Amino acid sequence: MATRQTQLLARSLLAPAVGLLFIWMIVPLALTLYFSTLHYSLLDPGSESFVGLENFRYFLTDPAFLASLQNTLVLVGSVLALTILLGIPLALLMDQPVIGRNIVRLMVIAPFFVMPTVSALVWKNLLMHPVSGLFAWLAKLVGLTPIDWFTDAPLLAVILIVAWQWLPFATLILLTALQSLDEEQKEAAEMDGANAVSTFIYITLPHLARPITVVILIETIFLLTVFAEIFVTTGGGPGLQTTNIAFLIYSQALIQFDVGSASAGGLVAVVIANVVAFFLVRIVGRNLEA
Amino acid sequence: MGQITLQGVQKSFGPVHIIKGADLDVADGSFVVFVGPSGCGKTTLLRLIAGLEDVTGGAILIDGKNVVDTPPAKRGLSMVFQSYALYPHMSVRGNIGFGLKMAGLPKDEINRKVEAAAATLNLSPYLDRKPRELSGGQRQRVAIGRAIVREPKGFLFDEPLSNLDAALRVQMRIEVTRLQKQLGTTAIYVTHDQVEAMTMADKIVVLNAGKIEQYGSPLELYERPANLFVAGFIGSPRMNFVTGDNAAQRGASTIGVRPEHLKIEREGGGGWQGTIAVAEHLGSDTFLYVDAGPLGMLTARYIGELSLHAGDRVSLVPDPARIHRFDQGGNALRN
Repeated sequence: MATRQTQLLARSLLAPAVGLLFIWMIVPLALTLYFSTLHYSLLDPGSESFVGLENFRYFLTDPAFLASLQNTLVLVGSVLALTILLGIPLALLMDQPVIGRNIVRLMVIAPFFVMPTVSALVWKNLLMHPVSGLFAWLAKLVGLTPIDWFTDAPLLAVILIVAWQWLPFATLILLTALQSLDEEQKEAAEMDGANAVSTFIYITLPHLARPITVVILIETIFLLTVFAEIFVTTGGGPGLQTTNIAFLIYSQALIQFDVGSASAGGLVAVVIANVVAFFLVRIVGRNLEA
Repeated sequence: MGQITLQGVQKSFGPVHIIKGADLDVADGSFVVFVGPSGCGKTTLLRLIAGLEDVTGGAILIDGKNVVDTPPAKRGLSMVFQSYALYPHMSVRGNIGFGLKMAGLPKDEINRKVEAAAATLNLSPYLDRKPRELSGGQRQRVAIGRAIVREPKGFLFDEPLSNLDAALRVQMRIEVTRLQKQLGTTAIYVTHDQVEAMTMADKIVVLNAGKIEQYGSPLELYERPANLFVAGFIGSPRMNFVTGDNAAQRGASTIGVRPEHLKIEREGGGGWQGTIAVAEHLGSDTFLYVDAGPLGMLTARYIGELSLHAGDRVSLVPDPARIHRFDQGGNALRN
C-alpha cells in the first residue's frame, strides 16, 4: 500500500514531532547525567568540580536511601493491593442494574479528578486531623481515643490517601472489562450449574486478568513517583517514615541544595523503575499476550 | 427420558407480550425445530424452557414435572448457544468438563466422560487447545460436546449454525442430526432458516408473533399448511398467492400454488398468461419469475433445464390437486 513517495512524505512530516520529542527527553537526561558527576551545591555557586561517581556512592550509602526504597515499595504494593481488592467488588456492584447507576458511577469516579495536593489537604485537615477531623469525631463518638494518623501511622495514612485517589481508576477499568463479558458465557455457566461464587472464580476473574494487569502496570508507573501527597501531609516524616525515593531526591536537591547527589538519585530512580518494570512484565505481562 | 410439555406458556417483558400462550408436546427422543421470522419469539420460548427467563404464566413440564421454579442447571437440559459461549481461558477439555466439575464429579470420571464425548465429535486431538486456536466448525463441536457430556434429558440449540459458512453449515446440519439420532436424546432447535427446519426436524413448530401457527412433520407443513403464514413461510421459493376472481371460482378468498406445481406451457393454452421477467437457470432447476398482469408476479419452478428467456410469453397451469385454498381470515379450507 505504502509507495516510496508516501513513506518519504510520512517520514518528513513526522520528523519535526519526533525531533522535538527526542530533544525534549534527551536534553534533561544528558544534563542529569552531567550534573550527577559534579560536586554542585546551590549554597556554594561557582565551585562545581568533577567528582566522578562520588555522588552515586554518597546517595547509595546514605541510610535514608534504603529506608526510602523500602517505603516506596511498601507504598506501591499496598496501594496496588488496596485498589484491586476493593476495585473488583466495587466494579461488580456498579455492574448491577440499579436505579441511579449512572450517578453512582460519576460519584465514584470523582476522586480521580481531584488534584493530589487538594485531596491530601482534605484528608489531612478535614478527615485525619486528630482534633478537628471527621475520623477523630467518629472515634470520640464511640468512646475511643482518636488516632493521630500522621504521627502514629504516617505511612498508612499516606497509603490510604493515595489508594483513595487510585481506586476510581481501577474500578473504572475493571467495570469496563466486566461490561464486555459475554452475557451468553454467564448463561452457559448457569446452565452448567455454576453458582454465583463459581461463576466469579471460573468465568469473571479469568476475564478480568488482563484489565488487572493493565491496572497494575499503569498504577505502578505513577505510584513510584508519588510526591504531592507526602509533601503536603507529612513532609517525609516523622523522621524518614514516609520518605520515598521521589521525596528523597527532592530533599537532596531543594532542602540540602545538593544538585549533584539529587541528579545521581534521579538516575538511581530510573534504574529502580526499570527493574520494577522488568519484574512486573515478567510476572503479569503474559496476560497481555493475545 | 426427556418428554417436554408446554401448557399455556406466556411471557411478557413489561407491557409487551412476547409469547401469547404456547401449548406443545415434545415426545421423548424427537427432534423438534422452532422456526419463524426474526422477532417471533422462538428464542424466547427456548430460553423459557432452558430456565434462563422466567415464565409469566403457564407451566413447563419435563417428564411430567413442572419445572417453572427449578433453576436451569437442575432441569437436566443443556444448551448450545448461537455464539457458542465457550469459556475463552479454558482448554477444550476444561470447557467440556466444566458442567461435570460444577456437579462435583471425581476428576478421573470427568476425564473419562470428556474423552468419550471428544471422541464422538472427533475433537480428541484438540483437547488441550484453547477455543481461540480452533476453527469455527471445531468451536461449534466443542459447544455441542459441552452439551452432550452431561447426558441431559434434552438438548436446546439456539441457532447454532448461523455463524458458519454455507458449506460447513450443511455438513454440521447432517452431523447434528446424526448425533441426535445416535444418542436418542430429545432436542429442540431454534432457527430462522426453513431449509434447516425441513431437513433436520421430526416435527416443526412454526411461530409467528408469539403464537404457534402450526405443529407437524415437515411434509405435513409442506402439503397441508394450516394458514397463509405457514404456506408462505415453508417452501422455497415461496408459494404463489392469487386473490380475486380466480380464487372466488374455487370458493376461497385466496388460493396458493407452489412454484413446483405450476406447469409451464406455450402461450395460448389454459391457465395464467404472463411474460417472463427473469429466468434463472441453475442447471438442475429453472426458476421463472413471470409478470402475470393483474395476478402480480408468479414464480414457477421447472426441474431440469428449460430454454425460455426473459421476454418470452408463457402460460402457467396450476395442478388442480395441489391448489391450497384459504378463507378470509387466512385459514386453510379443506375439501
